Amino acid sequence: MAENTFTISDATFDEEIGASGEPVIVDFWAEWCGPCKMIAPVLEEIAAEQAGKVRVAKLNVDDNPDVARRFDVMSIPTLIIFKDGQPQKRLVGAKGKGQLLEELAEYL
Amino acid sequence: MPESRHVVVIGSGPAGLTAAIYAARANLGPLVIEGEPSSTTDQPGGQLMLTTEVENYPGFVDGVQGPELMATFRAQAARFGAEFLTEKVTKVELSARPFKLWVGDASAAEPTYVADAVIVSTGARSIMIGLEAERRLMGHGLSTCATCDGFFFKERDIAVVGGGDSAMEEALFLTKFADKVTVIHRRDELRASKIMQERAFKNDKIEFLWDTVVTDLVGENKLEGAIVRNVKTDETHTLAVAGLFVAIGHRPNTDMFKGILEMDDAGYLITAPDGTATNIPGVFACGDVQDHTYRQAVTAAGSGCMAAIDTERWLEAHRKTPEAFTETPTEW
Repeated sequence: MAENTFTISDATFDEEIGASGEPVIVDFWAEWCGPCKMIAPVLEEIAAEQAGKVRVAKLNVDDNPDVARRFDVMSIPTLIIFKDGQPQKRLVGAKGKGQLLEELAEYL
Repeated sequence: MPESRHVVVIGSGPAGLTAAIYAARANLGPLVIEGEPSSTTDQPGGQLMLTTEVENYPGFVDGVQGPELMATFRAQAARFGAEFLTEKVTKVELSARPFKLWVGDASAAEPTYVADAVIVSTGARSIMIGLEAERRLMGHGLSTCATCDGFFFKERDIAVVGGGDSAMEEALFLTKFADKVTVIHRRDELRASKIMQERAFKNDKIEFLWDTVVTDLVGENKLEGAIVRNVKTDETHTLAVAGLFVAIGHRPNTDMFKGILEMDDAGYLITAPDGTATNIPGVFACGDVQDHTYRQAVTAAGSGCMAAIDTERWLEAHRKTPEAFTETPTEW
């Protein structure tokens, strides 16, 4: 996995997200979701380019339904930006890099 | 300085990628500006990226997955030297040659690319119902992508709006997850193909609400139901559903070409009856962006091949006067 991108699960979510000093973009995704696969490399790029400002955490909704349910995720890809363990902003649907950077600007 | 290309293909569905395969094999070194990721059909690979099984594309006895088919098209074009840019064209200037194309910032003084010939294959995207509530509930029960979101409606009641093949395909796919799928259709018969109709009618989980339209959605942060009206009796009631999938038709992606390329009232580009030429010499159109009749992957691919051959012949005919590509021509 690319630099500054990591995997989280139902079991590790609270610990990883709560303890993160930087904002974390949680990417709710699944293997069978085409648009999720398309934005995965874009998110990895953003994570690598924005190292020190923001990190990307990947959460597979197939394997980790609890966190998805807790945050009412009903469509993927959904990106939720967490800061100090709290959800700040939610982006639903795949987007190009330019548009993602615009939406994320306040956290970068 | 803008980068100069012989041929730029805008869009990367079956039409654009077939055009790229043929243009690449003709040594025209096409650049495919393939679009950007999205959760609508306006994305690299086009409408097939949001479908599952494609059963009617020739050459695949057992069918093929839509995204897999498009990945194969793309790899085949790349094999012959087609190049790809995963961004969107934001503006075109086609009034003078070479044609100017902007990627990203449309207000930039200089275009990103100049091209001798342009193949337009921007396709069509699915339309929404047009309700205020759609914006609020998109991704919270309202979806444009059954393959992405069906999973979240396990053992729930959901609805599909529409009566065509796309609507039937979504309804059938969604029965894998949902307890009940109600198809809401504004007429009393489907326009889907016979085979899809039969499958939908035979499926115990699918019910039909005929002569019915959705007039509003219920739910503040999460979809709870759809308010539906029977167009014959005017009776209104609320259908309790956790999910609503809309498949009521398509709109061509031609906003960028308004006032530039000839189009019909619905926005479909008009091409010459005997080929893919648009009203601007050197600009060709193929696939769903110029076809509201057939709209099949195989017809799109066929017209993509035609566009590449038309482009190659057109470039060949005008190559005798190389300055024609750098000067603003008056008449050819």
